[in-house]
Amino acid sequence: MPVQIRGTVLTLRRVDAYHALTLVAPAIATKFRPGQFVTIAVGGPETSMLGRRAFAVHDVRPDHGGTVEIVFEAHGPGTRWLASLRARDVLDTVGPLGRPFPIPRDPSSCLLIGVGYGSAPLFGLAARLRERGSSVDYLLGGESADRVFGALTARRNGRSAAVATTDGSFGARGQVTGLMEQIIREARTDVIYACAPVPVLREVAAIAGRYDIPVQASVDVPMACGTGVCMGCVLPVTGTDGITRIVRSCVDGPVFRADLVRWDDMGTIPFDALGAPGWQPARGAESRYAG
Amino acid sequence: MPADMRARLGQADLPNLVLSASGCAGAGRELAQFIDVARVGALISKSIMVEPHTGNPAPRLAETPSGLLNSVGLQGPGVDAFLQRDLPWLLSRGARAMVSIAGGTVDEFAELASRLSDAAGVTAIEVNISCPNVEDRGQVFACDPGAAAAVIEAVRARARYDIPVFAKLSADVTDIVAIARACVTAGADGLSMINTMLGMAIDGDTMRPVLASVTGGLSGPAIRPVAVRCVWQVREALPDVPIIGMGGVRTGKDALELILAGAGMVAVGTAIFHDPSACARILRELDDELAQRGIDRLTEVIGLAHEPRTAAGRRLARNPT
Repeated sequence: MPVQIRGTVLTLRRVDAYHALTLVAPAIATKFRPGQFVTIAVGGPETSMLGRRAFAVHDVRPDHGGTVEIVFEAHGPGTRWLASLRARDVLDTVGPLGRPFPIPRDPSSCLLIGVGYGSAPLFGLAARLRERGSSVDYLLGGESADRVFGALTARRNGRSAAVATTDGSFGARGQVTGLMEQIIREARTDVIYACAPVPVLREVAAIAGRYDIPVQASVDVPMACGTGVCMGCVLPVTGTDGITRIVRSCVDGPVFRADLVRWDDMGTIPFDALGAPGWQPARGAESRYAG
Repeated sequence: MPADMRARLGQADLPNLVLSASGCAGAGRELAQFIDVARVGALISKSIMVEPHTGNPAPRLAETPSGLLNSVGLQGPGVDAFLQRDLPWLLSRGARAMVSIAGGTVDEFAELASRLSDAAGVTAIEVNISCPNVEDRGQVFACDPGAAAAVIEAVRARARYDIPVFAKLSADVTDIVAIARACVTAGADGLSMINTMLGMAIDGDTMRPVLASVTGGLSGPAIRPVAVRCVWQVREALPDVPIIGMGGVRTGKDALELILAGAGMVAVGTAIFHDPSACARILRELDDELAQRGIDRLTEVIGLAHEPRTAAGRRLARNPT
């Protein structure tokens, strides 16, 4: 269960194009599983920004009773405010939220794909995978060298680490998906974990689908509350029962089985989704709804 | 000693007058992770429709200064799932459920009222009349006194006698008092005001509307002065009609403002998105506000702002220190 706490800023540092913020948050750190996220209220007590900001957790550590680190880019007023904080400032923080990455029961060959600061949650996941005897290959990307997060860590603790940048300033030129098939074949990948913008996730899902490799995708869609009440972060996802529902990324995700996400229908209400205009329940079918 | 915050909603005694507004507390379960839902005055449900409803495509939300634009589009499970799953859960937790209903025709509203009346444990019904009337070219019920009255009359006729029916009014009208009067004449036991206000945002980078549905409902502190004005005007015209005030309440002091304007109960909405424990916090803050003014019972100050400055009024006013 998530908790709402006042987390004290321990450190705030620049990491290339991004910022890494460490909060003292023992109640969150002890419950955290890789893939989960926290939300932070930004702008102080009289803020005009009513949406909480959601951040994947990069790292949890046991010092100070438990700390949580997030990585973000200061690209809007809320994240710019966060980037201006100092040590000992206090933040209204809620977490851990959302469904974590499922971990394979048996040792597996795992490929972890991250784009930009999206790779932040992969390193905690990698540690957990290795504990269970799995091997980890990394495939990281970004627009440029300063927007590839965690390449050094990946090189240090991955079985392999490949990098692709859009401008070619680090690793191969192009998208991570351009390197994917070669790695899958060489590493004999069993499972893929991916944290990237939606267009990249769609491509990853398509390539993995051709090789019949399951993908656990962490979907990055804007959220306002993170707790499931605002109904803002929705996407169409097919259930294991074959019925498509409009589900909330914050409580039903952010990690989804990529083959169940209707990538081509993102931002739409598919006509066959449960409850869509003109939708009719199948005769005799029980009306179940994830809304 | 804490002030007496109790309120009465139809047959139900509420432990306090701070409610959660429709569409802002999910099914209740989401909030129960952070607060005891039995200690919220009442939870006003997301608007329930007859059938399951997907709502609108994403993006559904846009943050604006001290506000939030949303076009969720009444996504919900339909009345069957609500009665099977959500209502029993709320009751099992000791919460009181005020059920918001929405429909596209008068008959749909009436059917919902009847279905809810057959179920045990519905404390009150809030009628979300800010829905397009599919039988009248999508004209919103809440914007026409006749259409609003037709819905309220049908709901009142079908709802069990001991379940109070509140009409939720829109401020996007020329004369809210005329709509309020029409609803009360049609049998409304009380009024909830205000709903979100129609707004729009355009992204300067993409140069296109932010919301997939183009327009959305604006909520949050940005609309609080409008809510205060509406509550004030309706209280002035219909002093005996119970009012649930809502619109941008974020602190105990904001709640007090609506109470002074004439609301006997206050609902917290968008603030819950920002602070999942907002209902509990606002109740605590309201208690502090009353204590600072030496007020023992909340009922003493409902609509007080309408009274001329008397000796009694000065006694209650907080000394500027």
